[in-house]
Amino acid sequence: MGLLFGIIFGFLLQKGGVTHYNVIIGQLLLEDFTVIKIILTSVMVGTLGVHFLKSLGLAELHPKPGSLGGTVIGGLIFGIGFGILGYCPGTIAGAVGQGSLDALFGGMIGILTGAGIFATLYPRLDRLILSRGPFTQLTIPRLLQVHHWIVVIPVVVILALILLIIENFW
Amino acid sequence: MEWLEMERWSPYIVGTAIGLLNCWTFLFSDKPIGASTAFARSSGIIARLFRRSRVFEHPYYKLFPPVIDWEWMFVVGIIIGSFISAQLSGMAHVEWLPMRWCEVFGSSAILRLMGAFTGGILIGVGSRWSGGCTSGHGISGTLQLAVSSWLAVICFFAGGMATAFFIFHILA
Repeated sequence: MGLLFGIIFGFLLQKGGVTHYNVIIGQLLLEDFTVIKIILTSVMVGTLGVHFLKSLGLAELHPKPGSLGGTVIGGLIFGIGFGILGYCPGTIAGAVGQGSLDALFGGMIGILTGAGIFATLYPRLDRLILSRGPFTQLTIPRLLQVHHWIVVIPVVVILALILLIIENFW
Repeated sequence: MEWLEMERWSPYIVGTAIGLLNCWTFLFSDKPIGASTAFARSSGIIARLFRRSRVFEHPYYKLFPPVIDWEWMFVVGIIIGSFISAQLSGMAHVEWLPMRWCEVFGSSAILRLMGAFTGGILIGVGSRWSGGCTSGHGISGTLQLAVSSWLAVICFFAGGMATAFFIFHILA
């Protein structure tokens, strides 16, 4: 099943254009908003759908744990790599599928190497940095101590407004 | 079925479809969409070639055993799905040098491979350090309203934008 879902996802990413370095870099330079439009739309649809399924008892959330030392520092490192490579782990697979060999020979090998380096350093990193400032509440509704729809609805509305602004003014 | 052969679909349609896809993965596989863990496991699989079963003893690979799992197959699927899409639209072609990269760095494929490798290492480190990537945190995590994911995405884009601006507006 994972394979099937992946095939659909890869197909969508390629049709969306985000398997291209030029499109991703264009987003980071705020010249091409394709990436953000796709992400925000998918979040809007997904958050409504998943929380609805959760209300019906058909789905469970799996929010990732995090910490200041892990999420923030890791996120920034990722960001720098993102700006240089021009792909992320998902889109790079897509890029390989469409024939971008810089993604295969440079990028994927790099990501594998990086993951391996991290795995090697993990025990020490965990002790010193990753465990600093852990998030005790994993989701925003939990953090604010409200029912999830109280966050979902405003988030969807705000994202819709942002998309409207981007579409009309940028 | 010519819409399958189009080169590009509207980002709103793609986004809606991805959002729905995520609902399906939750419903049928009880899993969010993600990609970086597959790379972490793969690095372990490669390590297994050299160090055999000792890899399973390593603290990190105890958390993420180097085995082929749902997400690993998902990432393989991405390659296949993208291939199919590109073939249908006639866009599939071998490319070493993205156009915008050349604006700054010229047309040396070796330089691009070195740059991609370097960027890749940072992505590999950063995605595991933060616990996810733009698929796992950026889409699945944010739609679950996960605190870690919203924060991660902000950092991904802050870092990415600063780096891109530096490369294209200062280095160039």
